[in-house]
Amino acid sequence: MRPLNSIIQEVISEAPEVRTFRLDRNLDPAPGQYVMVWIRGVDEVPMSFSGPDTITVQSVGVATQALFQFSAGDSLGLRGPLGNGFILRGKNILLIGGGVGTAPLAFLGEQARSQGLEVASLLGFRSRDDLIFETRFEALGDTYITTDDGSVGIHGRVAEGLKGLNLSEYDQIYICGPEMMMWDIISKTREHAGKTQACINRYFKCAAGICGSCCLDPDGVRVCVEGPVIMADRLLESEFGRYRRGPSGGKGLCKG
Amino acid sequence: MPSLSVHVGGLDLCNPVLLAAGILGTTGASLCRAAEAGAGGVVTKSLGSVPRAGHPGPTIVQVECGLLNAMGLPNPSYRDFQDEIETARKGGVPVIASIFGSSAEEFAQIARGLRADAFELNLSCPHAEKYGSELGRYPDLVEAVTGAVKAASSVPIWVKLTPNTADILELGLAAQRGGADAVVAINTLKAMAIDIETGYPILGNRFGGLSGQAIKPVAVRSVYDLSSRLEIPVIGVGGITTWEDAVEMIMAGASCIQVGTALMKGYGVFEEIISGLSRYLERKSMTLEDLCGMAGRRS
Repeated sequence: MRPLNSIIQEVISEAPEVRTFRLDRNLDPAPGQYVMVWIRGVDEVPMSFSGPDTITVQSVGVATQALFQFSAGDSLGLRGPLGNGFILRGKNILLIGGGVGTAPLAFLGEQARSQGLEVASLLGFRSRDDLIFETRFEALGDTYITTDDGSVGIHGRVAEGLKGLNLSEYDQIYICGPEMMMWDIISKTREHAGKTQACINRYFKCAAGICGSCCLDPDGVRVCVEGPVIMADRLLESEFGRYRRGPSGGKGLCKG
Repeated sequence: MPSLSVHVGGLDLCNPVLLAAGILGTTGASLCRAAEAGAGGVVTKSLGSVPRAGHPGPTIVQVECGLLNAMGLPNPSYRDFQDEIETARKGGVPVIASIFGSSAEEFAQIARGLRADAFELNLSCPHAEKYGSELGRYPDLVEAVTGAVKAASSVPIWVKLTPNTADILELGLAAQRGGADAVVAINTLKAMAIDIETGYPILGNRFGGLSGQAIKPVAVRSVYDLSSRLEIPVIGVGGITTWEDAVEMIMAGASCIQVGTALMKGYGVFEEIISGLSRYLERKSMTLEDLCGMAGRRS
């Protein structure tokens, strides 16, 4: 499939470094799936859906900085939706998000509510200024917020928010955020890993399951096609939270 | 059950269906997975002397009849890849390291510093400046590089040839003169795709290499020509997707084959090709040896 042309309909500033781009196409994605976004002349990068026709992007590199120059009327190339998204299970679910990783969870939570599931959310941000999608989550059900600087909600990392929750009450847990935040949660809640779906990130090049750049040690899971949503129990004994490969394929530290 | 084991280019293989270079070869774990899925041998991602991030995206474009790619030889350098090779060896099949350089000396340096069951010399990548087919289209350079690596290493040397030339046979003969243990044909065909909405070439590198079903007839012809003239074995690669494709490539003269783009369908493709090939040989009461080069014996 060649990239589909898409015209940006609207750009919404969510936080200083976070913007939502509403597209003229509904690619009918499942929450947790991603799309390869071609910023012509610059690069092609994977982006998670924050709704059926929106992507929410944090400015982190050359491609996203270029995307931040775009406004309504500008066009992108799209390849997707790709990968395996979240699967709704049970009646009572918990969403755990960090930073821009809350984007696919807001989309998932809305789908869950429309199917009659009970939804609670635990969300972590650096500070008050970085809060995004607060109203979307609050409309879904109980919402607990943590900030690293204590400017809103519970003071501390997302894991601080776990103390007030009984994870046994939830049929399924969904998590997305910076790798070290997810690792912190998953490694502290090992007994629930079998019911935790994590949306993870690796360096994608082909996004078609053939180049191998996103393969996860030790099983060689191709995150671009077998993920990006992976059951947390598969992550516990993997490279996740320990190291990750960069563009050259060399191992580096996990950040965030 | 007919035996599928073969001795090709200095290696003993339990079956003739190998994983091609550049496909799921970035990590030891993914190479291991290919071996566990049935591959008779695995070829790593091409390794150079310094780390490379590769070209910007898009790095692939799916077209009607195949796949365009311009990955740009991303690799962490051979020095950082030995661990991955050791992991890949746990798969129990030979691990062939694909290597590239911009000179005979650079190839030889890598071959001296890296341990693998064999080396496949990438003299054919069509989209990386100073590397691949930029050397590999000149017979004298193919011979010089092959000779230098052969002198620097004690393991078998395979030379992967480019089809982006007037006469691939000249390149194969040059590899043979240089002392190659086998040639591998073919790498991708130079190609490009343009976004008609905006006029931008789609690949980040503007052009790249075409693989997949579109190039199979080109590969079959190349293998046929090479195998009819060379003394050393020819390893067939290019668009093999089904067991029928494998049979055809072996009939053209391939002693074994490599599978690349078809991995887009998943690792199951190894089992499909191997079991299909086995059933075919059984039905025809033939051996792999009978099949190899059969087309050249028909007149």
